[in-house]
Amino acid sequence: MSDYILEMKSIVKEYPGVKALNNVNFKVERGEIHALVGENGAGKSTLMKVLSGEIPHGQYTGQVVYNGQECKFANLKDSEKEGIVVIHQELALIPELTIAENMFLGNERRNGMGVINWNETYKQAQEAMQRVGLKETSSVLIKDIGTGKQQLVEIAKALSKNVKLLVLDEPTSSLNEEDSKMLLDMLLGFKKEGVTSIIITHKLNEVAYCADNITVLRDGSTIETIPNPEHNIDEERIIKGMVGRELTDRYPSREHNISDEVLFEVKDWTVYHPVYTEKCMDQNISFKVHAGEIIGFSGLQGAGRTELAKSLFGKSYGSRISGHEYIKGKEVFLKNERDAIEHGLAYATEDRKTDGLVLSDTIAWNTTMAKMEKVSSKWGIIDTAKEKRVAEDYAKAMKTKTPSVDQHVGNLSGGNQQKVLLSKWLFADPDILILDEPTRGIDVGAKYEIYGIMNDMVKEGKAVIMISSELPELLGMCDRIYVMNEGRMAGEFSAEEATQERIMSAILSNSNDTKEAQA
Amino acid sequence: MNATAFIKKYTMVIALVVVFIFFTILTGGKLILAQNISNLLLQNAYVLVMACSMLLCILTGGNVDLSVGSTLCLSAALSAKLMDLGQSPVVAIACSLLVAATIGIFNGYMIGYVHIPPFICTLAGMFLFRGLARVVLDSRTISFMNKDFLNIFTSYITIPGVDQKGNCPSALVVGIIVAIGITAATFVSHKSKKARGYAVGSVAGSLVKIGLIDVLVIAYAWKLMHYKGIPVMLVWILVVVLTFAFITSSTVFGRYFYAVGGNEKATKLSGIDPRKVYFWAYFLMSLLAGLSGLLVGARIGSVDGNMGNSYEMDAIASCFIGGASAYGGSGTVPGIMVGAILLGVINQGMSIYGLPDQWQYVVKGAVLLLAVVFDVVSNHKTGKS
Repeated sequence: MSDYILEMKSIVKEYPGVKALNNVNFKVERGEIHALVGENGAGKSTLMKVLSGEIPHGQYTGQVVYNGQECKFANLKDSEKEGIVVIHQELALIPELTIAENMFLGNERRNGMGVINWNETYKQAQEAMQRVGLKETSSVLIKDIGTGKQQLVEIAKALSKNVKLLVLDEPTSSLNEEDSKMLLDMLLGFKKEGVTSIIITHKLNEVAYCADNITVLRDGSTIETIPNPEHNIDEERIIKGMVGRELTDRYPSREHNISDEVLFEVKDWTVYHPVYTEKCMDQNISFKVHAGEIIGFSGLQGAGRTELAKSLFGKSYGSRISGHEYIKGKEVFLKNERDAIEHGLAYATEDRKTDGLVLSDTIAWNTTMAKMEKVSSKWGIIDTAKEKRVAEDYAKAMKTKTPSVDQHVGNLSGGNQQKVLLSKWLFADPDILILDEPTRGIDVGAKYEIYGIMNDMVKEGKAVIMISSELPELLGMCDRIYVMNEGRMAGEFSAEEATQERIMSAILSNSNDTKEAQA
Repeated sequence: MNATAFIKKYTMVIALVVVFIFFTILTGGKLILAQNISNLLLQNAYVLVMACSMLLCILTGGNVDLSVGSTLCLSAALSAKLMDLGQSPVVAIACSLLVAATIGIFNGYMIGYVHIPPFICTLAGMFLFRGLARVVLDSRTISFMNKDFLNIFTSYITIPGVDQKGNCPSALVVGIIVAIGITAATFVSHKSKKARGYAVGSVAGSLVKIGLIDVLVIAYAWKLMHYKGIPVMLVWILVVVLTFAFITSSTVFGRYFYAVGGNEKATKLSGIDPRKVYFWAYFLMSLLAGLSGLLVGARIGSVDGNMGNSYEMDAIASCFIGGASAYGGSGTVPGIMVGAILLGVINQGMSIYGLPDQWQYVVKGAVLLLAVVFDVVSNHKTGKS
């Protein structure tokens, strides 16, 4: 008889018109790492909201039994009191406050008079930070440390609350492989200290690496719980549960039909930071892409890939930009984003929420946004009926799941939002499409569909440039892979030569070179 | 559409009807006298006009323009002064609008290109232009004496021989023609959409809607007929309101304001220059404030240094009561018109009833708060996933 720290029994949660959770049963053993997987919209986050009290007792049916007692949490505070802490995908830290201030926000160390004891605050913060391996001083501002470290601060914050059950929602989605591994190893460390963790993630290799049990959700129901005692479960086995069918191939095949025509070429591109203009973000970058080709850009976070792409896209980023840009063999000087779009360039950003989509607008409005002249008269009058139909056509082609294109994009799941973002850029009729982390935070099924869309693009003789932090997808999709590190080009591999090991070693050896050069 | 959805969509329209009936009963029917109905829109002309462009500012991200009351005063002061010095109304109007446009370019440039926060920039403008207006007026009150000037804004359209005070059939005829026009236009657009294979809404629903609008138009015309006919100022209001309704709902230019307010970074990456969008919002705002100055000045008949005090707040309040989001990105011209008229009905109703001035402020404040609280709460419940 196992010792369960948490049992959620027959949980049902209905939103108007949709059953988000349909009779979910979920059991977590004390001291394990339990992975919760499923496609987008399967109900993972909703289930965790029920657990944390964010969906208060009474708004769902079913039982939450924690430490053998039924819990009726009315809010987050209630569940935190019991040692349950949820860390969300979007970090809840305040950039302008210090690490220590953030850590004890709402839980301040104070004396009887309500005055904050700063010495104690900084001391305790430092202790908690040590546990997660953060070497910063606790008086550093949050905005001055990277995303990876911010994630660690969140975890340290949870630890400071005396956490018993830690829930991490997509903790590694914005981390590179190195930082991800560090985080997972830390969870394994906590396990030894008796902390139970639930981890929600789309990265199945991580699941296999650290989870003791894996529960699969699909369409609001529990499908199965797969034990993983040896930490070596086959990823295909998990995928089978998630999608309900076997995905024989995770990357759709395509005919490689690369023409000799160089569609887009960049020579000696150098970009400096927009504010700290002496800081070089990209140095002497040269690359090219042919018609019908998918090329990839690999590298660690901060390698300068996004900065490169944005600066190429009509100087959308950076200062003191120099170098040459050629489209179809002709040098172009792109003044701004509009200019870039008109020259057949498109850039789908890595962060669809902050700078990709207008969440408060409808699918239709977002779809046509980058090239509204296609649905308007020369006087700028929009043909709304045509706009709607165009958007419907794209939604259909992309298999975007939505009741109508009048739906606000903010109401869609991550994968569907990504499809709207792609629709928007395909609608702009680009010859060269730059995709920055096109599959971040979306599920396996949607990923497959997005790969298919990329294949269709190149089949039409266009070129796709994919920036990705996931090596397997670069290896699976690209004809050639460029590797960048610290703002420099660190290597170029053809599909045949490229392996994970070679790419990683290119990054690492380049790092050493740079350091030696600096020394 | 079920009952809850219907109520949610037309909350403010329903509120307007309720408030209207309430004050009609409270004032013993005085509210619906022909004269009061006719005056309702004219007295609030500046609100209706300025709310249109205030909506653009608010769309860009909940930004407001605090300087419009002062710009309005400056515009009126200039015209009055110039005509006082013997200039023709054409020159006076041109100068006023030119100065308003210049203020608009100044505000637009400062906010769009220099990135001065709109609140601060227009707060400064509020003092600046108020001061300049008083400089122009030399701290005196100047009357509009020029008959031509007054005619351009405050006369009534009547056909000599047919119309006389209290009985102007031309107004009713125009009302009926407009009603028929609206109905016909709806049917034509419905048919052309269908012919091109686009989705169309339910026929019964749009019939009811059109029918109601027609009844309203004709009833309004009926009231105008029993006063002095169609006021010229109504034409000015309609030109502005319809233009802005068209811009915001059907043009690429109008779409930009929603996009910038929804997500400025995404808009920029889509090839739209947010600086231009801010510029145009504040440019049009000042221009319409200038026009409003002429409308208000002509109606009151004189200008003093306090004219237009807190008018900006009426325009802003109308937008928020009419459903514009305080965070930007959403709001429609028909919506804010309902907001402006609701505010106007409350004002007029209270005045006719004879509620003391101090209590009128209390009621206005409560209505504004109530509308925004309702908006935030209802969106909070449905908008959050």
